[in-house]
Amino acid sequence: MATDGNVAYRKPGTKMNFQLTHPENEGGMNPRIKRLRQQSVDTPTTLTIERALIETAFYKENYGKYPNCVLRALNFLEICKKKTLYIGEDELIVGERGPKPKAVPTFPELTCHSVEDLHVLNTRELQPYYISDEDIDTYAREVIPYWEGRTQRERIFNHVSEEWREAYLAGVFTEFMEQRAAGHTAMDGKMYHEGLLDIKARIAEELKKLDFINDPEATDRQQELTAMGISCDAAIVFAERHAELAEKMAAECNDPQRKAELLKIADVCRWVPAHAPRDMWEAIQMYWFVHLGTVTELNGWDSMNPGHIDQHLYPFYKKGLEDGTLTPEKAKELLCCLWIKFNNQPAPPKVGITFKESGTYNDFTNINIGGITPDGKDATNDLSYMILEIQEELHELQPGLSIHVSHVNPDKFVLAGAKVIRQGHGYPSVFNPDVYVQELMRQGKTLRDAREGGCSGCIEVGAFGKEAYLLTGYLNVPKILELTLNNGIDPETGKKIGLETGDPRNFKTYDELYEAYHKQMLYFVDMKMRVNNYIERMFSLYAPATFLSLFIDDCVAKGKDYYSGGARYNTTYIQCTGLGTMADCLSTFKKHVFEDKRYTMDEVLKALATNFEGNEKMRQYIINHTPFFGNDDDYADSIAVKVYDDLVEAIDGKPNTRGGRTCLNMLSTTCHNYFGSVCGASANGRLAHFAISDGTSPSHGADTNGPTAVVKSMGKLDQTKSGGTLLNVRFIPSLLKREADLEKLVALIRTYFTLGGHHIQFNIVDTATLHDAQECPENYRDLLVRVAGYSDYFNDMTAQLQNEIIARTENDEF
Amino acid sequence: MSLIFDIKRFALNDGPGIRVTLFIKGCPLHCVWCHNPEGISPLRQRMYKRTKCIGCQSCVDICPNNVLQLTPDRGIVAIKPDECARCGLCADECPSLAMEMCGKHRSVEELVGLVEKDREIIDQSHGGVTLCGGEPLMHHDYAVEILKAMGEQGLHRCLDTTLFAPTEVVDEVMPHVDLFLVDLKMMDSANHQHFTGVPNELILKNIYHISEAGANFWIRIPFIIGVNADDDNIERSAKFLASLPKKPLRVELLPYHDVGKGKHERLGTTYNPTAISMSAPTDDQLTYARLLISSHGLTVV
Repeated sequence: MATDGNVAYRKPGTKMNFQLTHPENEGGMNPRIKRLRQQSVDTPTTLTIERALIETAFYKENYGKYPNCVLRALNFLEICKKKTLYIGEDELIVGERGPKPKAVPTFPELTCHSVEDLHVLNTRELQPYYISDEDIDTYAREVIPYWEGRTQRERIFNHVSEEWREAYLAGVFTEFMEQRAAGHTAMDGKMYHEGLLDIKARIAEELKKLDFINDPEATDRQQELTAMGISCDAAIVFAERHAELAEKMAAECNDPQRKAELLKIADVCRWVPAHAPRDMWEAIQMYWFVHLGTVTELNGWDSMNPGHIDQHLYPFYKKGLEDGTLTPEKAKELLCCLWIKFNNQPAPPKVGITFKESGTYNDFTNINIGGITPDGKDATNDLSYMILEIQEELHELQPGLSIHVSHVNPDKFVLAGAKVIRQGHGYPSVFNPDVYVQELMRQGKTLRDAREGGCSGCIEVGAFGKEAYLLTGYLNVPKILELTLNNGIDPETGKKIGLETGDPRNFKTYDELYEAYHKQMLYFVDMKMRVNNYIERMFSLYAPATFLSLFIDDCVAKGKDYYSGGARYNTTYIQCTGLGTMADCLSTFKKHVFEDKRYTMDEVLKALATNFEGNEKMRQYIINHTPFFGNDDDYADSIAVKVYDDLVEAIDGKPNTRGGRTCLNMLSTTCHNYFGSVCGASANGRLAHFAISDGTSPSHGADTNGPTAVVKSMGKLDQTKSGGTLLNVRFIPSLLKREADLEKLVALIRTYFTLGGHHIQFNIVDTATLHDAQECPENYRDLLVRVAGYSDYFNDMTAQLQNEIIARTENDEF
Repeated sequence: MSLIFDIKRFALNDGPGIRVTLFIKGCPLHCVWCHNPEGISPLRQRMYKRTKCIGCQSCVDICPNNVLQLTPDRGIVAIKPDECARCGLCADECPSLAMEMCGKHRSVEELVGLVEKDREIIDQSHGGVTLCGGEPLMHHDYAVEILKAMGEQGLHRCLDTTLFAPTEVVDEVMPHVDLFLVDLKMMDSANHQHFTGVPNELILKNIYHISEAGANFWIRIPFIIGVNADDDNIERSAKFLASLPKKPLRVELLPYHDVGKGKHERLGTTYNPTAISMSAPTDDQLTYARLLISSHGLTVV
């Protein structure tokens, strides 16, 4: 099938190609989508205090009157009743989290921004959230005083031990849940078969079945089920208010076409989410109401996600084409409307370390396409290809997109994905269902539930619609080695925060060094898990998610909340960061200190303490004469495997508070930059405060034998023992110019997946372009690059993160 | 004994699929545009990169024959080049890879092991192994041994060659090659002599020979403005190729680039010493030449 030759990038005139970077192409674009997209891209991100005001007033009035789950449901109902609605010109799919596009609410019950926070957000250069002085004053008067001492964040920080606090401040780990709900939730196909009224009927059944004599938890269940019922009502009210607004707008509208659209919107909103959708329009609007409900109720952060949307929507698409009520163009337009809705929801702003560890507007919605059906068959369909087109044409910040490539999927699909990868926006990323189904089954899921799973945010996997998998924060593995090398003292501050594992100068063998690190690692993992379990209880008690629980099996059947073990599967993740840096550092010690004795431990430690000043010769020797991870060299790779296996052993399988277990994954988001900034120089020649390695990728520039060697090294990790790994590969664009080159990219993906890889993602951009973008940002406003499990605008990144991306190994064949 | 001077994994342009390319040192041609000048001499050679040098003098200190010296302006220079034993201690000791030793003895088993490491991607991409140079036929015994061993592993084998070798040698390797990648630089022998140091009659004869023998081959033409990109040469090349008993499976034009320049600097030799004017073609020039060739019924890439 090889069609060699210089195949041009997708021609601008191609049917339905909306690519905006080519002005000559605008003619082929649907004007409605063009306008909506432009509006979404151009609208600045603002903060809205409306949600906080409604909630604060409600809490002032009602706190203590109801059990917490009912209070939360009533609070959600209150927001749905009172929230300002928005139906924009041109819109077909309706509903916003804020009063208008890109207006982001706050969640003071979790973390309450201070006046200073709000001023900083309003004025900072990167990723500002605009807010008026008047709103800040109102917030200071109405919101802040009430929440003082009552937020989740304060509950957590008031509880933690001094040791935990010191380790947290030193950057040994982060804590996701200290100021946000867990997020990372993806949906299965239930909502397309069951409306909220149907769920209410199920709730009523469950309530009837309660046995208050023999079931000691019956009262708890009764309260939770009642709260779930209220949440159903809340979302229906919210939809009906949209219907009313659409009818009112229709009455005032003189344009007959728009009038008809508004009336159709009203019909749709009267039907869903109360009932199961009957056509594609209703199905998309159904999902969007569920999405909004979830991110309004509580889980405002991180990757609320429709899951395998191509599989879910396909029956509606097919039926619509068959009965003549739908055309491919109309279906595409509706999907585009949904895509723009995603882009209208920037992530709520974080504060403190949590901002530093992951600063982006991206809320990590990751659409999954392709992959396998619950029966293990090829799941690709026409919508999979249509979605690839949409992603290429709209190329927005959100949503992210991933293609799922099992051995049963055809090359045609992977090639279509590779074409979008070539455009260089950093998506789609590529996942391997053949491996993650094993990961999920190893964690105890049934085959069918595992096959319905996928990736929800960056690279972490879960059983969609059936699992509450909470990501709890990153573990800075190289920092733990640094503490070991300093006998428990953090050289950045001089404080003792770790165990005294001995002065490494007295270690006679490499194994002694490793053993010391291992003890230190167990100490911090235990510390982290202890607090994880506490936080889980605080969410269960104070922040139940009674709306989200409606859509996650088996919360209704169990009468238990998403945060209280109601889900069929309950996983707690710790994300381990810096495997490449770790392996390279240990390899350095093993080779040069213990085996070749080129340097003494004392010499290396002194060089690290002085950031290699005056020791450039040693630093260069280490960088260039040490086996590093990512080169298909067993010397370093076996060290990486050992570090990884020991992390798995330390973390995996420990019980959490929800009847489930803790597990690790190897995600870093942008945390490898933050973690690097708290670490001094490391033994692999990395200078102080520079980023550590990301995900499971090799350290920056350490992989000198090309991508085949990288995937071979990665293949040595038994990735099925994790809940996700992450591999970044950067290519220069000229490598992917021809059709035959894309076939080779497909071969690389397939090879990695044959070797047991979980995920791979690509940046197709050359170093010169990135340097130029740093110098003339105005010319690169739409330069999207892959960061970790997501893409972000290059211009929106800190210089530190930009430099880190530039430092990633560039694969250039010549 | 023959030396390998580079092993490239994930080679995308050395034949079908993704390949591992092995570079054998030594070449009878001296093409002015050569982009692998370290492949010309069959001997081990020092390569030194000034910009990587941190001036630590490790190489100066370790050299048993005191060949090297650090100068303030040019970095490391060989003050007694003739006394260099090519032992490579300087490169082993250099912390920053500024000093490298080019050329290493590799057993056939070692090479097979290295290629086997990439088995998965080779199979997945329908790639294989490519033997390249220098001119691999300059060391035909070694080349045959390698190709034979790779064949026993079931690997697809390309031989990247100028075919400037006795026809008996070509006959000797032919059974062990699945696809020849043959350089055709220019049709005029005097010009060929001028730009590459050797005439081309033998090359053309051997191309005819492998074609007649039914071998599979691609023709690769380095396309250099000022050297061989003129219509006359392209036309003649195309005519010649079209007249062969078995046509090349494809003709590739390789646009000129001057990567060789930096390598000459590192070898301490001079790139294009007679300052022949050479430049890269424009896209239009490439397209035109491709059209010209394909008009003779040849498949062009």
